[in-house]
Amino acid sequence: MMSIATLNHETDVLLREADAPRRRKGAPGQPESTAFSLRNVVKRFGDKTVLDGIDLDVAAGQFLAVIGKSGCGKSTLLRLLAGLDTPTSGTLNVAAPGKDAAGRSRIMFQEPRLLPWETIARNVEVGLTGIAKGTKARELALEILAEVGLSDRAEDWPSVLSGGQRQRVALARALVAHPAILALDEPLGALDALTRIEMQQLLERIWQQQRFTAVLVTHDVAEAVALADRIVVIDKGRIALNLDVPLARPRRHGSAEVARLEGIILDRLFERG
Amino acid sequence: MIRTGTRTGNSILRDLSGWLLPAALIVVWEIASRTGLISPNVMAAPSAVAAVFWRLLLSGELVNNIAISSARALSGFLVGGSIGLALGLANGFSAASRRYTDTTLQMIRNIPHLALIPLVILWFGIDEEAKLFLVALGVFFPIYVNTLLGIQSVDPQLVEMGRVYGMTRWQLFRRVILPGALPSIFVGLRYALGIMWLTLIVAETIAASSGLGYMAMQAREFLLIDVVILSILIYALLGKLADSLARLLERHTLQWHPAFQS
Repeated sequence: MMSIATLNHETDVLLREADAPRRRKGAPGQPESTAFSLRNVVKRFGDKTVLDGIDLDVAAGQFLAVIGKSGCGKSTLLRLLAGLDTPTSGTLNVAAPGKDAAGRSRIMFQEPRLLPWETIARNVEVGLTGIAKGTKARELALEILAEVGLSDRAEDWPSVLSGGQRQRVALARALVAHPAILALDEPLGALDALTRIEMQQLLERIWQQQRFTAVLVTHDVAEAVALADRIVVIDKGRIALNLDVPLARPRRHGSAEVARLEGIILDRLFERG
Repeated sequence: MIRTGTRTGNSILRDLSGWLLPAALIVVWEIASRTGLISPNVMAAPSAVAAVFWRLLLSGELVNNIAISSARALSGFLVGGSIGLALGLANGFSAASRRYTDTTLQMIRNIPHLALIPLVILWFGIDEEAKLFLVALGVFFPIYVNTLLGIQSVDPQLVEMGRVYGMTRWQLFRRVILPGALPSIFVGLRYALGIMWLTLIVAETIAASSGLGYMAMQAREFLLIDVVILSILIYALLGKLADSLARLLERHTLQWHPAFQS
C-alpha cells in the first residue's frame, strides 16, 4: 500500500511532467503573478481548530477547486479569502493590483440570496454598491446580465425566475464589479443535474473571458475536475492533496482522463488505495 | 407591471361579486319589514334608513359627525401607529432596547385597553384627549408587535449578503430590512385599523358629545331606531373603506410578492 505522501508526491510529479499548457499567464515570458497566498494559516473557533496550518499559493487567473467532506474547513477557508473572517494565526496575502478593497473579492453563496423586492437589474446593481450608481450602474448591470443570458429579464422580479436563472443573477451580481477573486461556496449544489452542467459551462466561459481568480468550494468531485486548473483536498483542517488538472478545455464529462483524476481524488477522500 | 391594460369586464364583475350578498340581504330585509315580518320597533326598514340618511345628510349633521369621528380615528391612529412603528423598529434593531422595554410592553399589552375607560374618563373627562388616548393605545400594539416580528424574521442570509457587498447601515435598512419587514407591518396595519374603529365606537358611545357613536346613543334615547341602524351601517362602510385603502397600499408596495402577482 502506498502512503498518502508518496501518492501525493507522485501524482504531482506525474502531472507536472505532463507539463500542462498553463493558461492565462501575463505577457509571454513574465512570471505569473500571485492572486493570494496563505502561510501557515490557522483558524480556531473556541477550542475547535478548523484550519490547522494551511499553505497555499494561487496564481492570478487560476481556477482552484477546494474539495473536502462536510466540516473539513473548506467553507471557513473561503470565508477567510472573501474577507468575512480573519485567521487566528498565520498570514493571508491577497494581491489585487489596481483594485480597491470593494472590488477585490466577491463571494457567491450556495443560495442566490437575491432581494425579492427588487428587480433583477436592481439586484445586480447591489454588486456595485459604493462603486457606481445611477445610469452607469444600470449600464454595467445590463452588460453583465447579457453575459449570463438574462438581458430580457432585467425588469422581472426574482420570484418568477427558475432556480438556475436566480443563481445566474447571483453570478452576475458577483461579477458586475469585475472582482480580482471570485469565491464560490457550492453555488451549484442546490441545482438539478442538467441545470448544473449548464451553469458549469457558463461559469467556465465567463471565467475565460473575465480572467478573475476563481476559488470553488464543492463536494462534487466531477464538478471540480470539469472546471478547475488545480484541486486541493482538505481533510481535518489540512491540505491532504494538491493536484494539477492539466486537461484541455472544454472537458467532457466521463472521458477516461477525467475519470482517472476523479478516482485519485475519491481515493484520497475516503483514504483508499 | 405590464398587466394593467388587460382589465376586462370579467374582473370588474369579480370585484363587485363581494357586494352581491349584502345587496341581497338588504332586499330580503326590506321585504320582511314591509310584510310586517319584522316589527318597526325592532328593525327599521332599509327604505326608512335611507330616508333618515338623506335627511341627516341634508341637515349637515351626518357629514359633521362623520368628519369628527374620522378625525379622531386618524389622529389616534397616527399617534399610536408612529409610536408603535418607532418602538418596533428600535426593538427590532437593538437588543438592548428590547431587553429594557419589551417586558413592560408585553405586560401592558395584556390589559384590554378598553378596561382603561373609567380611568381615562377620570383623567380626561369626555374631551378629545380621552378618545385620542384610547385609540392610540389600541392601535399601538398590533403595529408594534408586527413591526418587531417583521424585522426579526428578515432573512439573515440577505443581511449577510448586504454586508458582504459593502452596504452601509442605512442602505441595509432601506434596501434589505425594511422591505423584508413590510409584509408583516401591513398585517399589523390592517389589524390596527379594525381596532381603531372598534375603540372609537366604544369611546364615543360612552364618553362623547359629538361623533357617530354619540349620534347613535342620542338616537337610542329618543327611540330613533333608524338612526341607530344608520350609524351602525356607516361604521361598517368606514371600516371597509379603511381596509380597502390599506389593501391598495399593500398591493402597490408589495408588487414583488408572489401573493400579489397573478
